[in-house]
Amino acid sequence: MAQIEYAAPASIKEAVGLMANGGNSARVLAGGTDLLVQLRAGRLKPGLIVDVKSIDEMCSISVNKNDFRIGAAVCGAEVNEHKRLKKAWPGVCEALDLIGSTQIQGRATLGGNLCNASPAADSVPALIAASAVATIAGPNGRRKVPVEKISKGPGKTVLKKGEIVVYFTLPKPAPRSGDAYLRMIPRTEMDIAMVGAGVSLTVDKSGTCTAARVAIGAVAPIVLLVADGAKALIGTKIDDAALNALAAAASAACNPIDDMRGTIEYRTQVAGVLACRAALIAFERTRS
Amino acid sequence: MPTVSMTVNGAEVSVEVENRTLLVQLLREQLRLTGTHVGCDTSQCGACVVHMDGIPVKSCTILAVQAADADVLTIEGVADGDTLHPMQAAFRENHGLQCGFCTSGMVMAGLDIARRFPDVDDATVRRELSGNFCRCTGYHNIVKSIVAGAHAMNEAGG
Ligand SMILES: Cc1cc2nc3c(=O)[nH]c(=O)nc-3n(C[C@H](O)[C@H](O)[C@H](O)COP(=O)(O)OP(=O)(O)OC[C@H]3O[C@@H](n4cnc5c(N)ncnc54)[C@H](O)[C@@H]3O)c2cc1C
Ligand code: FES
Ligand code: FES
Repeated sequence: MAQIEYAAPASIKEAVGLMANGGNSARVLAGGTDLLVQLRAGRLKPGLIVDVKSIDEMCSISVNKNDFRIGAAVCGAEVNEHKRLKKAWPGVCEALDLIGSTQIQGRATLGGNLCNASPAADSVPALIAASAVATIAGPNGRRKVPVEKISKGPGKTVLKKGEIVVYFTLPKPAPRSGDAYLRMIPRTEMDIAMVGAGVSLTVDKSGTCTAARVAIGAVAPIVLLVADGAKALIGTKIDDAALNALAAAASAACNPIDDMRGTIEYRTQVAGVLACRAALIAFERTRS
Repeated sequence: MPTVSMTVNGAEVSVEVENRTLLVQLLREQLRLTGTHVGCDTSQCGACVVHMDGIPVKSCTILAVQAADADVLTIEGVADGDTLHPMQAAFRENHGLQCGFCTSGMVMAGLDIARRFPDVDDATVRRELSGNFCRCTGYHNIVKSIVAGAHAMNEAGG
């Protein structure tokens, strides 16, 4: 078996340098819960592994005046222990809380969930609904990309050679905002989403929706931001007519696969149902 | 080949490994601590759970080089000589195992559950055990064991 090189740099600059010079088989290692499984299965043969867990900027959470910054290598369990984040973005936190088991959540990171580029990644619809933006560092400096623009299809991202996701920025929610994430799995736990839906919304004092974002996962090659779903909610009091329109928009956006977890018809219908249920929970949370 | 140093069950060890070596391979094949088991190749079963710096991890999903300088606790380090730890004793008393393949992972998970929820109830144990599979017991007696073990640890003052 070919030798694998391993490095655990302490700075972004060093990590980017290693990734840029490491050839096409260089891989970032964060929690390893996708990468090491793929390595063991022989599906991935990295020549160089760059462990980013020693880079402070990637492993910390900070609260700024207008936003939260979550390091790409922060694990889900740590996000769930952060009280202010949990209060601001409960939907993002509940999505992270669904990933694997306790032992997986203590390792699995946000950056890994996004960059593994599975259409069923649970945190991604919630992050998209939350308007999260990824800051990417590369050989030519830094750039910011909205989370919905990162994946290009299963296992593929827009990251160029040498690029690493450093952190995610989530805005501080406006007053009377709420978010939620729901997924459907064939078993009760430890399974991959057949459909996932993340919704965030804001209402005015009269309870009328003024802003919304709807994202659905596992029903297309990438997680989808459903603009028509948001339009169905804005200007309404999340009444039955709005929910029906949301369900229709979510189902219309689907382009799913048929597999052992669910048929095309089932996934398409469930996407509409889950989007509505997530919208109702998010709506309820605008009051707390 | 790199040499990694870590503490395993209180003892300092230094071992030569390949970069691809998993922590579980280091423990089982190099240190001959075969109480930690491998029950799957997809990181799902939990037979390989150990504590790394006090946190439960699946040792099949961590490179040995990532555990450099860490403090690792395996099932072999849980008992006090010939005296079983209260969590182990609870598994024996409550018939918490049949073939025993999952048991070391269950005990390691149980110790962490007891630390985080001293007054734990059945529902919490069931939720927390989602990453540990058992083919034999139907879980009922494992849940009973962990609840009893956690309460015994609580009474003994942790
Ligand atoms: C038992 C089990 C259950 C699981 N259950 C779920 C589930 O319910 N829902 C779910 O969504 N996922 C699940 N997963 C998949 C996995 O745990 C998640 O996708 C996790 O978030 C991956 O994060 P990681 O830090 O472990 O990634 P890693 O394995 O370290 O990396 C994943 C990929 O992303 C790349 N990468 C990582 N970080 C960066 C970065 N900062 N910049 C650029 N590239 C990067 C890596 O090179 C690699 O290709 C499960 C996995 C297991 C083993
Ligand atoms: S052997 Fe590690 S989870 Fe199965
Ligand atoms: S006792 Fe046999 S697998 Fe659990």
